[in-house]
Amino acid sequence: MGALNYIVQQTMNALSLGSTYALVAIGLVMVFGVLRLVNFAHGDLMMVACYTAFFLVATGLHLGLFSILIIAILVATLVGILMERVAYRPVRGASNIITLLTSLAVSIFIENIFVMFASPVPRSFRSITPLFLNIVNHWGTLVVSNINLVIFGVAILLLIFLLLFVTRTKLGISMRATSEDLMAAQLAGINIDRVIVTAFAIGSAIAGVAGILWAARIGRIDPLMGFTPLLKAFVAAVIGGFGSLAGAVLGAYLLGFAEIFLIGFLPPSLSSYRDAFVFLLLIIVLLVRPNGILGSIEREKV
Amino acid sequence: MSNINQKSLKNFISLLELLGISSILMLALAVLGLKNPYLMRVAILVGINIILVVALNLSNGFTGIFSLGHVGFMAIGAYTSSILTLTVATKSTNLPSLPIWLAHTQFGFLPALLIAGSLAALIALLIGFPLMRLSGNYVAVATLGFLVIIHIVLINWEQFTRGARTFSGVIQYTTLWWVYIWILITIYVVWRIVHSHYGRALLAVRDDPIAAQTMGVSILRSRLLAFVVSAFLSAVGGGLMAHFLTSFSPATFYFTATFNYIIILIIGGLGSISGSVLGATLVTLLTELLRNFEQSIRLYGLSQIILAAALVLIIIFYPKGLIGYREINWLQLLKLGSTKGTNNNSERR
Amino acid sequence: MLEFENVHVYYGNIHALKGISFHVKEGELVTLIGSNGAGKTTCLHTISGLLHPKRGKITYQGEDITYLSPYKIVKRGISQAPEGRHIFAGLTVKENLIIGSIQRQDSSGVATDLKYMYSLFPVLEQRLSQKAGTLSGGEQQMLAISRALLSKPKLLLLDEPSLGLAPLVVQEIFAVIQKVRNEGCTVLLVEQNAHKALEIADRGYVIETGSIILEGSAQELRANKKVEEAYLGGVS
Repeated sequence: MGALNYIVQQTMNALSLGSTYALVAIGLVMVFGVLRLVNFAHGDLMMVACYTAFFLVATGLHLGLFSILIIAILVATLVGILMERVAYRPVRGASNIITLLTSLAVSIFIENIFVMFASPVPRSFRSITPLFLNIVNHWGTLVVSNINLVIFGVAILLLIFLLLFVTRTKLGISMRATSEDLMAAQLAGINIDRVIVTAFAIGSAIAGVAGILWAARIGRIDPLMGFTPLLKAFVAAVIGGFGSLAGAVLGAYLLGFAEIFLIGFLPPSLSSYRDAFVFLLLIIVLLVRPNGILGSIEREKV
Repeated sequence: MSNINQKSLKNFISLLELLGISSILMLALAVLGLKNPYLMRVAILVGINIILVVALNLSNGFTGIFSLGHVGFMAIGAYTSSILTLTVATKSTNLPSLPIWLAHTQFGFLPALLIAGSLAALIALLIGFPLMRLSGNYVAVATLGFLVIIHIVLINWEQFTRGARTFSGVIQYTTLWWVYIWILITIYVVWRIVHSHYGRALLAVRDDPIAAQTMGVSILRSRLLAFVVSAFLSAVGGGLMAHFLTSFSPATFYFTATFNYIIILIIGGLGSISGSVLGATLVTLLTELLRNFEQSIRLYGLSQIILAAALVLIIIFYPKGLIGYREINWLQLLKLGSTKGTNNNSERR
Repeated sequence: MLEFENVHVYYGNIHALKGISFHVKEGELVTLIGSNGAGKTTCLHTISGLLHPKRGKITYQGEDITYLSPYKIVKRGISQAPEGRHIFAGLTVKENLIIGSIQRQDSSGVATDLKYMYSLFPVLEQRLSQKAGTLSGGEQQMLAISRALLSKPKLLLLDEPSLGLAPLVVQEIFAVIQKVRNEGCTVLLVEQNAHKALEIADRGYVIETGSIILEGSAQELRANKKVEEAYLGGVS
């Protein structure tokens, strides 16, 4: 059954791609939830984690893989927290455009620091990627590589963990409350500074994880590597709805399916334009349902 | 009645002031440039940036359509005008698969610029139509999507653009005169739109997303007009840039460029034409300085870091830009010696 | 207990509170009445720390709380049920209540207080797992008050609890307010419905365009001709 096989294979590819985007989108939406800020530097946090891991290996300290991962994620988290404190807190409450520009500036700042000190030449990530991740499995006629399985697994686990966190823990519920109604949250006695920092910490840590997995998948890192995942995650979040984790994940998988679908169905001459179609989709979604598929229609008080 | 005449007279005078100051500025740069070809290049760059930022301000600052995609229009202008002005010989070497009617024609500079501008205007009309009712954040995102789409098209449409490779061989038509004349045109056109009856209405709804949603058709139309004009001028600026650089690639018109123009816009102040003029001058000169510094000590990326940090600091400490929302009252400025223009206005809004 | 001294608050260039002074003694139910935009909500926001005055001082139980951040003020025992309810629509009723008790460490005390809330407002217990946004206006107000009470405040600020509610519901809520006050909680009540407010208050202040123009006991204010005409509909 060639057709069925094809569909299953493409579905698996779409799930893999979608999971990759989901990892990035989850972190992005976490921060947006509490701050109403699209952190353009989110992709750069991914990059920071990768370079940390890279340099830890390069120093030849013989740390275990696990330790390297932990340290890399920790560094990304710290940078994220620093980012919030230095650049975003002073402009909290300012107009959307202002916060957007601030995050753009932070992104360019970090990218160029690494361009300056780490050189813009891409480096190979193969030395860090454990060999088993590169194994490609052949299940009958289906092809799936281990790295994709891992990414899928991590995405699902992360989603479950986060959903539990925001529904079962005091801090998580506070976060949801803060993202719904900042003023009411303050009046209820929630320390919003703490909530925001926590959201940033979690979001940045997730970015770190996402970054390392992304780099493991494509095999190399460079200072500007965060750009593409950010754009894709952004599209995913817009499509699914920026307001919720579920929306981000839904949007990510929809995006994954859309891309795979486009690769399959576009005539070969147009196939490299598929990203353009993706962004066209973004614009259409913005026009028709600006709050995304899962987003509620924001009722503005007149 | 006489009140209105008084006001229009005031407007007219401040327009003249602005044109005058811009002319003096260009003259100063020209004098420097005459002695030194490198400085001349800097002067031209300053001039082109003035055009681009004033055009951008028309959209972002005055009508509230915060576009992050105007560099896309610039790219359209650059590529279109360049394809048109390339000699037949260059076309056959660099763009061998061009359709016959293009491959065997060569346009003059002005026609090419106008055609490029019109193409951009047409595209702006098409995409602007649905965008008009969106506000703030959504427009920014949508226009960002537009920029990405243009970029992807440029990279892939090898037949016309040579894809991601450098597009070279463009004749260096752009001189300081060309730039100067287009500066005057740009400032005049933008001024006229802003100070027209519709312009004031646009300003009133600029910052109010709810009002934006309930805007009447005539206001929507003028918003669209401003957006289209802004696209036209950006394309012309792009064309001027293309015929100044003589070679470029899709990467020239992407995020780095966007960021640089946004910085100038913010520093100069959203909604201030004179602010854009001054901002463009300052930031272009500063960027050039930093770029040279960066080259000499081989720390690439430093200029961007400094600019990014500067933007953040300015956003935090001077959210209205160094000059603010008002036009600079030049006479008062000269009299008082030095002050930030936020309190000086030659006219009330 | 609470001293609001010569407070000036600005919204940008707008002088919203022009040197307002009032006080609330422990155990009292004091009301601030006045028309829309007079500055009543601004007063409450300033007490709660959402706004900070340019001039003036706010003292609570002897401590200067003028520039404290909002969560610290809640910690000290001042809680507000804001105008328009502002319940967390996407969270369940239970979660809203949890938020109310977020600062408390004593889970058994919280459980006891929750039971007390259910006794005051039985409908809340019925709707525990529903999303708060699906509640009616009156139910949302009950939720907002419960949420404010769950932090075990010594001073409860209420901003227009009757707004947009049917008379019967208003009755119910005001009965609860009195009960709460009788159990020892001091209440500062901001209301447009001056009639109802003065019925249950000990003392009151009348605010107009940022200044206090009248003050006195509830009786005095009710008898006052100006108040009668302006706020009580001219019917005695």
